[in-house]
Amino acid sequence: MAAAAQQTGGRPDTAAPYAIELRGISKAFGPVQANKDIDLRVRKGTIHGIIGENGAGKSTLMSILYGFYKPDRGEILVNGQPITIADSQTAIRAGIGMVFQHFKLVQNFTVLENIILGAEDGGLLRPSLTKARGVLKQLAQEYQLNVDPDETIDELSVGHQQRVEILKALYRQADILILDEPTGVLTPAEADHLFRILEGLKAEGKTIILITHKLREIMEITDSVSVMRRGQMVASVETDRTSPEELAELMVGRKVLLNVEKAPPQPGAPVLEVRNLKLVDDEGVERLRGVSFDIRAGEILGIAGVSGNGQTQLLELLGGFPEKGAKVSGSIRMNGQELDLTGTKSDAATRRARGIGHVPEDRQSEGLIMDFAAWENVAFGYHRAPEYNRGLLMDNAAIRQDAERKMEHFDVRPRNPNLAARNFSGGNQQKIVVAREIERNPDLLLVGQPTRGVDIGAIEFIHKRIVELRDAGKAVLLVSVELDEILSLSDRVAVIFDGRIMGERLPDQTTTGELGLLMAGVTDTEHHDVEDGIPPAHAHVDEQPKEPR
Amino acid sequence: MDFATIIQILDSAVRLMTPLLLACLAGLYSERSGVFDIGLEGKMLMAAFTSASVAFVTGSAWLGLLAGIAGSMALSLIHGLASITFRGNQLISGVAINFLASGMTVLLGIKIFGLGGRTPALTDGGRFNEVTLPFADALRDVPFLGPIYSELISGHTILVYVAFALVPLTWWVLFRTRFGLRLRAVGENPASVDTAGVSVTRLRFAAIALAGILCGLAGAYLATGLSAGFVKEMTAGRGFIALAALIFAKWRPWSALFATFLFGLLEAIANRYPNLDLGIVTVPSMFMNALPYILTVIILAGFVGRAIPPRAGGEPYVKER
Repeated sequence: MAAAAQQTGGRPDTAAPYAIELRGISKAFGPVQANKDIDLRVRKGTIHGIIGENGAGKSTLMSILYGFYKPDRGEILVNGQPITIADSQTAIRAGIGMVFQHFKLVQNFTVLENIILGAEDGGLLRPSLTKARGVLKQLAQEYQLNVDPDETIDELSVGHQQRVEILKALYRQADILILDEPTGVLTPAEADHLFRILEGLKAEGKTIILITHKLREIMEITDSVSVMRRGQMVASVETDRTSPEELAELMVGRKVLLNVEKAPPQPGAPVLEVRNLKLVDDEGVERLRGVSFDIRAGEILGIAGVSGNGQTQLLELLGGFPEKGAKVSGSIRMNGQELDLTGTKSDAATRRARGIGHVPEDRQSEGLIMDFAAWENVAFGYHRAPEYNRGLLMDNAAIRQDAERKMEHFDVRPRNPNLAARNFSGGNQQKIVVAREIERNPDLLLVGQPTRGVDIGAIEFIHKRIVELRDAGKAVLLVSVELDEILSLSDRVAVIFDGRIMGERLPDQTTTGELGLLMAGVTDTEHHDVEDGIPPAHAHVDEQPKEPR
Repeated sequence: MDFATIIQILDSAVRLMTPLLLACLAGLYSERSGVFDIGLEGKMLMAAFTSASVAFVTGSAWLGLLAGIAGSMALSLIHGLASITFRGNQLISGVAINFLASGMTVLLGIKIFGLGGRTPALTDGGRFNEVTLPFADALRDVPFLGPIYSELISGHTILVYVAFALVPLTWWVLFRTRFGLRLRAVGENPASVDTAGVSVTRLRFAAIALAGILCGLAGAYLATGLSAGFVKEMTAGRGFIALAALIFAKWRPWSALFATFLFGLLEAIANRYPNLDLGIVTVPSMFMNALPYILTVIILAGFVGRAIPPRAGGEPYVKER
């Protein structure tokens, strides 16, 4: 592998121009400098990773490349030719295709209709559809990109929807494919398949830019990698000459512990006992089909699974706010006492009063009120607490003081309790939520996607606090679609698929491959007892001390 | 009820459904593109006024029709400017258009004609005449089919035939052409159109321009086809009924035909039997006249199945980062 991308300065060799070359790209949104003097060179026929924390400016840079924004300064060269990308049409004509993190597909259109949209030949649809059908068949054979052209998008799995996006770009004859966080929504098996597709595309001479925050993916598939931090390009290196640790340090600007350091668990008495929990939503869809598990004091139970398999319903039900109209059955015991599942005492406030803290999956809609100040958000859910109230009125001064203290404990930046939640970064928003719940010292903490959209530095911090809570003898239920997170935090891992727990594993005695199979619904033959709704006994495994991860 | 009466009621239903159908198709184009249009009423009213005025002054129904389209288009452009260009709230813009039309037509009417907001009655030439289809008279005496052809199918103004022809045309445009594909896409997920390099703004303006033309036809038909001149508030909620029919039809052209026919039929029955005698009780005329509006309420309250509007409907498109 040539190390051409490492050389800085000097004109590029015109004989072998770069697929993409950016020179001094800058872009500001008001006072925020999203991109500052960005230089980037991507060699033809390689997979180039771009890595950086949230808000580092990766997406802005790619949006500039795809004609969504005009840069304030700087030059773009595609295949050695200077080009002004005024709109997406120009980018497409220049051979640039983009697969967005949130797919740009029309849900009730067929695959074929989505493919031709904007790339039709002539005013009538039929000839375009016929042509696209042929091209699709050819692409499917060439790159293992099989999708049924007549299926509508809402009938497709997320992985297949992503293939449609890739096919869209290829149908427009893209030579340079940009993928923005492509694996965030995929199972490990789907992600592997995607990587094989990308390898195939590379073999055909296509250039691929992969934007991600997952170090593992960068190491696994890219040829070279550029690191962004706070709007600047801080490094461009060959992948085989760097390490995850170095990349993480470059991203954050300081040393980062990638794996959580934790002592072996000291589990005590069961805190939460869930038996045969079932939930049918108001559309009659069975979301939970008999879920049973225990969590003991001083233990973190991780629930792994692709999103949409019942995790959300499970968390909402435990937290006391199941979807309206849902029919619920089963039982939940907390510290040996039966919890009210459906009656007047099944609400979130009662659950909190029973010692259940909850960091909801979607912090922007459930965890915070985005337009309210940080100090107000710190009180939500606990606003009836005596220390926040004085007679009929709320004691705002007390709440504010408490908020300041919590923000300091959790290193929320900027440390300004009067700032609206909206104005904090994703990581700091999450810290506010986590601070609110953990500082109440709950017996059981429900945590949904604690680090979704959170930068590496804050991830490290939040993980540490969750482990501290466990070490203080509390129970934690962790739901995450990030397998790495599940594996590094959990003491036990349960995999959920289609509303059922498919099996349980110990994190140090399993592999992502094995968990991936369970997440895809491949039946777990070793744990028949789980299927019957009785959680397996774990006493025998817990006696063996585990290696700290 | 004999056969001749049924034919007469159906004939009347066809006349009465025509403005509803045109307005409903107008709403269909607009809402399929993701722009809610509760200003159908105002646009029809404006078109009725401008067409009646110009038809009176020039003595030409055709010039009146063009004026109707122009009047309606002007309001469409205001709606587009407010809700597409400046990303304002589509419902508020629509309400404003309804008020504007309601006030402007009366104001201009009094100022120009001095008849308390009416326009002078239109004479021949200023109105659209009934078209007698070939052989209508010759076939009149053929049993059963004769009256159907010569009374029900023949003998409407040209705008009625245009309205009916627009149903298959709209279906074809929507589902068989590139424009239709993009139109449907922009109403479902404008980002998909934008990232494909197609202008969301231009598509939406095209859609509301079509809505403007169709509301123009509807208004002109009201003033120069169905009646002979403009009367204040003559649309009488037809724009809102068309909106209800659009929801009932789930934003589909053929269903729109049936939905508007249902409303037309109710109105025709109410006109024919002001006091419907059911033997035991006599249904009062007020109730009969209220039937289309009652049906509207029932439909809008969602009693007629779940209607899923275009997903991006009502939301101005803002490029995301």
